[in-house]
Amino acid sequence: MAQPDNFGFGEEAALLKASARKFFTDKFPTSRLHALVAGDHRPERGSQCLWDRELWQQMVDLGWTMLAVPEACGGVGMPAVAVAGLAEELGRAAFPCPLLGTINATYVLAACAGGAAALAEIAEGKSASLAITDHSGSWSPGAGDVSCAGGKLNGTAWYVQDARKADRLLVSARSGSGLGLYWVASNAAGVTLHPDTIVDLTRDQAHISFAGVTATEVSADGLAALEQALPAIWTVLAADMVGAAEWQLQTTVDYVGTRQQFDRPLGFFQAVKHPLVNVMLQIDQAKSLVYNAACAIDSEPGRAGQYAHMAKASASEAAAFASSRSVQLHGGIGFTWECFVHLYFKRQKHSQLLWGDAAWHRARLADIVIGPLARTGA
Amino acid sequence: MSASASKDSPEQAEFRQHCRSWLAANRPPDPTVRLPLSALEIMTTEQLGYLQAWQKSAYDAGMVGCDYPLAVGGGGRKDCQRIANEEMLSARTPYFPNIIGLGMAAPTVFYHGQEALKQRLLPRLFSGEDIWCQGFSEPGAGSDLASVQTFAERKGDRWVINGHKVWTSLAHFAEWMILLLRTDKSHKYDGLSYFVVPIRSALGRGVTVRPLIKITGETGFNEVIFDNLEVEDSFRLDELGKGWQVAMTTLLHERGAGELQTPRAGGLKNKGSHATTAHNLVEFARGTERDGRPAAEDPLLRDRMMQQLISEVGLAQNQRRARVPALQDHPMRLPLQNKLLASEISQDTAALALEVAGASASLYLEDGNAPAGGQWQLAYMNSYGMTIAAGTSEVQRNILGERVLGLAKSK
Repeated sequence: MAQPDNFGFGEEAALLKASARKFFTDKFPTSRLHALVAGDHRPERGSQCLWDRELWQQMVDLGWTMLAVPEACGGVGMPAVAVAGLAEELGRAAFPCPLLGTINATYVLAACAGGAAALAEIAEGKSASLAITDHSGSWSPGAGDVSCAGGKLNGTAWYVQDARKADRLLVSARSGSGLGLYWVASNAAGVTLHPDTIVDLTRDQAHISFAGVTATEVSADGLAALEQALPAIWTVLAADMVGAAEWQLQTTVDYVGTRQQFDRPLGFFQAVKHPLVNVMLQIDQAKSLVYNAACAIDSEPGRAGQYAHMAKASASEAAAFASSRSVQLHGGIGFTWECFVHLYFKRQKHSQLLWGDAAWHRARLADIVIGPLARTGA
Repeated sequence: MSASASKDSPEQAEFRQHCRSWLAANRPPDPTVRLPLSALEIMTTEQLGYLQAWQKSAYDAGMVGCDYPLAVGGGGRKDCQRIANEEMLSARTPYFPNIIGLGMAAPTVFYHGQEALKQRLLPRLFSGEDIWCQGFSEPGAGSDLASVQTFAERKGDRWVINGHKVWTSLAHFAEWMILLLRTDKSHKYDGLSYFVVPIRSALGRGVTVRPLIKITGETGFNEVIFDNLEVEDSFRLDELGKGWQVAMTTLLHERGAGELQTPRAGGLKNKGSHATTAHNLVEFARGTERDGRPAAEDPLLRDRMMQQLISEVGLAQNQRRARVPALQDHPMRLPLQNKLLASEISQDTAALALEVAGASASLYLEDGNAPAGGQWQLAYMNSYGMTIAAGTSEVQRNILGERVLGLAKSK
């Protein structure tokens, strides 16, 4: 085993995680989240993009958005385990911002031959998002409805996360030689954002059309760069989900400790206690798998793919179960808009399907562990 | 140098080197008898003799009881048992037969026994010369352990014991038993006391050991009946009425969550033995035909096998994370999950293997056509021993809910 015993989670990573926890606890309690994003409950409210740009700027100033950017490009060059620790705290706060997209773009750019200039922009504080998904929502790299000819992008990218918050887009497009990756300002001429109306109140999403957009090619072999970066993308999202699930568990535990029925706190009853223990068991396995995958990205890259499949599959199951129990065990109040649990319930539903759901990851894990299976239409 | 070795202190590094060279030069001979899956199923004196000889040689080489003080027969080292365990596991040695002695009796005697008692009992426990068993459960006291009725009545400086203990693994070989009993019938918890009792020397004179038959058809555990057995007061651990607190020390170590590392060896490949792991399950599915194709190509079975693999790796990574304080919010949260997860994961893996086997899962050990010699069927049935013993999964969930999540006590 080439991995260090402690996941490589050293003092700096611990310090970062602790200060991120404090930052969000102090500055962004869930009541603020609710006030910020849940003002309009009406289903016909349409697409929203509600976030706290001032706090985001503080995160940028703290260097959190350039953690994964190599030092040579002006970043901090922290290991993936440290980034996972930050993502876990981001998820615990369900903080709406383009951090995950920026980290995703960072990992892809770091695998691109021509990514240095774009990475330098991230180090300077620019946020980004990946525009690499097609209309069918395929999470396999290389699927896409955008093409590039003569240096111009045409077509539409779907399911772009935090699209209206991102300064830059990293777009995959078919070109004569294969799949290219392109770095584009999200307000460039010919770029049109079509905001999606989504369930998750803590994110925004859009499909984006490109009409003759002039773009900078950062890689001519985009498939290889994406394959290399995907384990980190899955792992960081899984870390966010684990953090959010911890919030769901703690909030529900607090509630069943105070709510009295039949003259006892709800948590006395094993029909309530045991499911909450099961939520904890699932969270802990997912969390351990997240740090294992992150550590593999840092020190055992040959196994990063399979470990990241495990982490995302496990985190997706834990998120689904934590979400379901958080609403159910809050009882009637858990079904209302005023109770905070639906904010996390919805964020987790969104995260589960993002970049491949649990079954998708297990199928690919099986291809690695057991051997490939001919799959139609994948 | 392995990754774990790179974190060793100078003392640990030197000790690891000692273990390595000793193990390289002193590999125990291959067993001449078929060994059971674990020490809990030792059935013959030949099996026991082979394993006792191995434990004695490992003890003499300093690899058993490393972290206990020299005065009680230990190695007088600090955080070295873990090192010895790692080296013995990677050398694929046999396991130790005195599993209840090492994992449960030793820490309990050490934390709660009089100095003279420790010095008398622990060296022969570590060496494996004295096999130990555990007298906790009774016909009327299972999950509600504190309702034990086995009673000790005071008679001068001696006690007279009457009662009935069940599920007593290794009692048929044991010299000593750790025994939870009642000394006061008017208080449930505070009426319990804890003794160590010599049972082998009292067989036929106050102690009867009878085998109980498991659902697999195997023996391996017993019932033990006390009929006016007299023991000295010096065999009592801790104060009168403190039996419950002492029992918590035993259970904490049994569940792998105690302060002292249990000496552990193993990994020896035994013909016919069969570990219930996702890896073995995948291999089994590769070799099992379903509708003209290997079962390993069935997408649904693949998905479920991967669920088992993910849980298994998740548990292993939990154990790794339990040693990284910065990645935990509660120190007991991961250790208290170990037994629950390990037993349920292996039960589910064995159950899935039977689905992979399909119709042939109906065949048992002695049938020539039984897949994998019927070992999956055996493992599946035996797995219920693990989800029931040492506190059922239901009791484990109560403990986790109450001690870690802080929910109201269910009793």
